[in-house]
Amino acid sequence: MGERFVETIVGLFMIAGIACLVVLAFKVSGLTTYTVANSYKITADFDNIGDLKPRAPVAIAGVRIGQVTNIDLDPKSYKAVVTMQIDADDDNIPVDSSASIVTAGLLGANYISISPGFEDNFMKNGGQIEETHPALMLETMIGQLLFNMGKDDKKEETDATNNS
Amino acid sequence: MGEKDDILVKIRGMSFYRGDRPIFKDVDLDIRRGKVTAIMGPSGTGKTTLLRLIGGQLQPHAGTIEVNGQCIHEMSRKQLYKARRDMGLLFQTGALFTNLSVFENVAFPLIEHTNLSPTMIRDLVLMKLEAVGLRGARDLRTDQLSGGMARRVALARAIALDPELIMYDEPFTGQDPISMGVLVKLIRSLNDALGMTSIVVSHDVPETASIADYIYVISGAEIVGQGAPEALATDENPYVKQFMHGLPDGAVPFHYPAKDYQDDILNGDKG
Amino acid sequence: MARVRGVGRMGVHVLTGVGTSGIFLLKTLARWPRVVRSFPFLIKECFFVGVLSLPIVVVSALFIGMVVALQGFNVLNKFSAVSELGQLVALSVVRELGPVITALLFAGRAGSALTAEIGLMKTTEQLSSMEMMGVDPLWRVISPRLWAGFYTMPVLATIFCAVAIFGGYLVGVQWLGVDAGTFWSNMQSSVDFYNDVVNGLIKSVVFGFVCTWIAVYQGYASTPTAAGISHSTTRCVVYSSLAVLGLDFVLTTVMMGGW
Repeated sequence: MGERFVETIVGLFMIAGIACLVVLAFKVSGLTTYTVANSYKITADFDNIGDLKPRAPVAIAGVRIGQVTNIDLDPKSYKAVVTMQIDADDDNIPVDSSASIVTAGLLGANYISISPGFEDNFMKNGGQIEETHPALMLETMIGQLLFNMGKDDKKEETDATNNS
Repeated sequence: MGEKDDILVKIRGMSFYRGDRPIFKDVDLDIRRGKVTAIMGPSGTGKTTLLRLIGGQLQPHAGTIEVNGQCIHEMSRKQLYKARRDMGLLFQTGALFTNLSVFENVAFPLIEHTNLSPTMIRDLVLMKLEAVGLRGARDLRTDQLSGGMARRVALARAIALDPELIMYDEPFTGQDPISMGVLVKLIRSLNDALGMTSIVVSHDVPETASIADYIYVISGAEIVGQGAPEALATDENPYVKQFMHGLPDGAVPFHYPAKDYQDDILNGDKG
Repeated sequence: MARVRGVGRMGVHVLTGVGTSGIFLLKTLARWPRVVRSFPFLIKECFFVGVLSLPIVVVSALFIGMVVALQGFNVLNKFSAVSELGQLVALSVVRELGPVITALLFAGRAGSALTAEIGLMKTTEQLSSMEMMGVDPLWRVISPRLWAGFYTMPVLATIFCAVAIFGGYLVGVQWLGVDAGTFWSNMQSSVDFYNDVVNGLIKSVVFGFVCTWIAVYQGYASTPTAAGISHSTTRCVVYSSLAVLGLDFVLTTVMMGGW
């Protein structure tokens, strides 16, 4: 076993390690595209962010266009200030767009969905989305559902009495 | 060169203990330059320990050990490692590096301590191997060597840096007569040809007596006899006499110290 | 009373061991002056410690990834949440299984070999003769091995993680039919590079250091007999495993505590 051979193999071993680290970084932890410089930041204030976490996706019509970078609490309004990083390519978000926090699937993670508005002016770096919808809490949703069902039942009853 | 410079290793009033057991008690010993000095004594008298003391691997509990006029056990670690480059120690087992070939074993001290070019190192190694007659065995692995050959390789390694002092720890033990003859011849001829000083620790009386210039006999932590081989052979000291002539009983008792035989048999271990 | 004394003696024994091995470590680390000269030894040890451990690490990683995916699939399927499979596999592998299992395999494969090798070198007086040649065995023998373990463990753990995730992909996507896009995108959105991958790497660095430290110390301090070496080898594997599992808990606690 020559010295050269050992050195080569150890070199290959180290390269394999680095290659695997690259795979872990980009393929597994998605340390990709969104950290690059060609992106711009916008913010949005939410009443309730629910389970939203930094690095959650930002999407329009389900297509990922960026990610959440920061979540802070506004000390005056007690609202959550969510900072998002949006791809420079997607620079055509109308200024009157609205942002809402939605859940992927029934139990999935939260992400921000932006519904585009109709203005011809587009969001710039540091822009703010005025219209926001807070996260829908599963508990609240179920509560509302039960409440509505109760209301519907009552309505049907009154309808029935009216008809008769 | 004066009388003082003639002595390479000078041990004065040296004591060493293993636990409470004295290995050496107040020992004075001189190793003269250019001579083969033999340290002899029954097994277990700490002959190997003496070599380790001279090599600075162990510290004496009292007294001094001077090598080349420098006190070996008062040196800093760095000085000690430097001083050891002038010493070679041939271990009882050879202690070759098992993961290296014969050539690499002999080259090891050269590579570690010098900045010689690979061709120079190659030449030097081949010279040393030639001296022990194993130039043809350079590519063998250490597990392919016989005991005698391993010891000769170890000898080549020990003289690789041309040390002033070379110490042999039981070089003849477990050797067949031929390898023993080879080793005896090598020790003497290397000593004379390279102008080294040799210390041979052994209990093989005839072989050692045939090459030594001066012999110390150690027993019971003390030096019991010293002198030229011929003088010792006629020494009247009971220890020396028993040792030099290989008598089974005498000053060194046949029995390990024990309580009374009859008592022991009758009472068992109840005490 | 005797039992209490026994506990005390054991405590003293453990503390002495930690102390001696700590001094041993400091001595070894202090002797790293000739980097260029030691580099070839380091490479050689990296080969023995790291590269030769690679087959067992890769094969175990593949199977562990596959098993995690299979088990996870069965559980997640009950909640119709198989889309989360990628996340489950990746997080469990990157955070815990990767560093811990690599370290355990490393202790069993490379650690025991190191202990036995150094123990045997001590028994056959090779360390002693090196010392007598004026070459410090701590520098020449111990130090390269220690650093080799330190360097190769994170590499092994990284390879383990990648291979295990690939194993999970094979079972989850290729065999059980989870959508490949869902598998990867879910994984990517839940695994954080710094919190998960880097923390896993930090763990493996610590484990690598501790495992090799234990291995070389056990070898160096072994009783120079056949039985002594076998005891040391056993102790190396046992102590390394315990240290890895214990440290894993400590490190996880620290890392989860918002560090």
